Amino acid sequence: MIDLTLLADGGMGWLDASGPASHLVLSTRIRLARNLAAYPFVGRNSDRERETILREVEAAAADTVLLRRAARFRLDRLDQGDRLLLHERHLVSRELAGLEPNGRVRYGAALLAQDRIGVMLNEEDHLRLQGLHSGFALDAAYAEVDRLDAELGSRLGFAFHPEFGYLTACPTNVGTGLRASVLIHLPGLVLTKEVTRVLQGLTQVGLTFRGLYGEGSEVVGNFFQLSNQTTLGKTEAELLDHLGKVVRQVMEYEEQARQVLLRSAPAIIEDKVWRAFGLLRYARSLSFEEAMNLLSGVRLGAGTGLVPGVSMYTLNKLLVHTQPAHLAAAEGLPLGDPALAIRRATHVRRVLEDEAGRRA
Amino acid sequence: MTCDQCHEREAIVHLTQIVDAEVTTLHLCERCAAERGVEPPTVGKSPLGSFLAAMGKELEGAALPGTVTGEACTRCGATLGNFRDTGRLGCSECWRCFEPQLRELVRRLHGSTFHVGERYVVPGDDAGSERARLGTLREQLRVAIETENFELAAELRDRLRVLE
Ligand SMILES: [Zn+2]
Ligand SMILES: [Zn+2]
Repeated sequence: MIDLTLLADGGMGWLDASGPASHLVLSTRIRLARNLAAYPFVGRNSDRERETILREVEAAAADTVLLRRAARFRLDRLDQGDRLLLHERHLVSRELAGLEPNGRVRYGAALLAQDRIGVMLNEEDHLRLQGLHSGFALDAAYAEVDRLDAELGSRLGFAFHPEFGYLTACPTNVGTGLRASVLIHLPGLVLTKEVTRVLQGLTQVGLTFRGLYGEGSEVVGNFFQLSNQTTLGKTEAELLDHLGKVVRQVMEYEEQARQVLLRSAPAIIEDKVWRAFGLLRYARSLSFEEAMNLLSGVRLGAGTGLVPGVSMYTLNKLLVHTQPAHLAAAEGLPLGDPALAIRRATHVRRVLEDEAGRRA
Repeated sequence: MTCDQCHEREAIVHLTQIVDAEVTTLHLCERCAAERGVEPPTVGKSPLGSFLAAMGKELEGAALPGTVTGEACTRCGATLGNFRDTGRLGCSECWRCFEPQLRELVRRLHGSTFHVGERYVVPGDDAGSERARLGTLREQLRVAIETENFELAAELRDRLRVLE
């Protein structure tokens, strides 16, 4: 198994719920797509060229402040469980980890990570600089990645076009190469059945959304990732500002939906969140999907004050550690082992018991 | 090619979708496409999808010997046909070789073709980068005026004044 202790806080600083609006927003992610001018893009380069890219970037990174002490993971040398683990920890994309349906790990696929920032190498673009912050923190997250971009850009030769900007393998990322995403919990809008209307509205203003954790298109746990769709024609600041404004609007809608629910159907909501709590507290077997949906209920309860004494940090940790690869690694079981559902329930019970014990 | 959904009938609709900024291509027969409510690709929701589909038709229409070979990227050898199939370009030079087609696509995807964000300075090229910066700003200004984006034009003029 890989050693995630190489990373400060295991690369999970983002889930400590210390950031702004943490009761609604889990994390903010910034990524910048960059390519080295000297080599073909990933779909058309060779194993040897990807190896060279890896070495060049590693040498440059060793010379920076922000990645000098980076932990390095060669995804192409890890088994599926470890790759899934890194993905569940939000450190690598599905594509880099070779987790797409009939996908495989590309030779040279790697991750350099230090604290809240990192670089995915030989993803769809040569470099994907990324930063992950707790809560709703677009500007702070961007500022850090921007500094890394400057540090690496002055040591490497990036592909840049005077009209089109930073060149990428896919035209959807060209220009700034910037994708900013906010992971937000919207149970109020889901329960009031307004979520579709609100999210469809996003696509009218150059933003995009997707549900989180679902197998296929199934949205589990009422988590949604909101991001900018366009990357060119606006400055980085404008793109962030626009996304930020819309996210604040969505947060307001969510708060309103919660107020409506609490006013018009308080008994139903109270029953729902306590039922979720009760199941998590006492169930003897939990599938991942079920756990996600119940955690969403308890999170709503904690956010509205209906379920006191359960912290967002604890709920965030449960979200991460009940995922298949995390649980399998912790329990020393193979991925997909049927006993994992029982271990998951035990793990959740123990954590909630501890939390209750601390309160008492 | 058979349909990705029923694996029975011949796929006639090749739907390139952008989901979460990832490009995926779905090959569907007419019936399965209709079931999914998929319109013919040219009026599809995704500009990249419809562009790629339209480009496919163009290329097939022009499938005369010699016409397509001229379209290969001088550096990596990728063609517009490769791009249509994968949704990915071969190298940074592809952006220059297929500039007119890509400009049209970029316009549809982003509503603009001009990068106004941070400008990259090639390491060790201070004088050159300064010249490039001025040239780019002038070019941006020209486009801003052409597209009647006067607010941007004013800002660019200010920036040029400072640099010159
Ligand atoms: Zn079919
Ligand atoms: Zn090329």
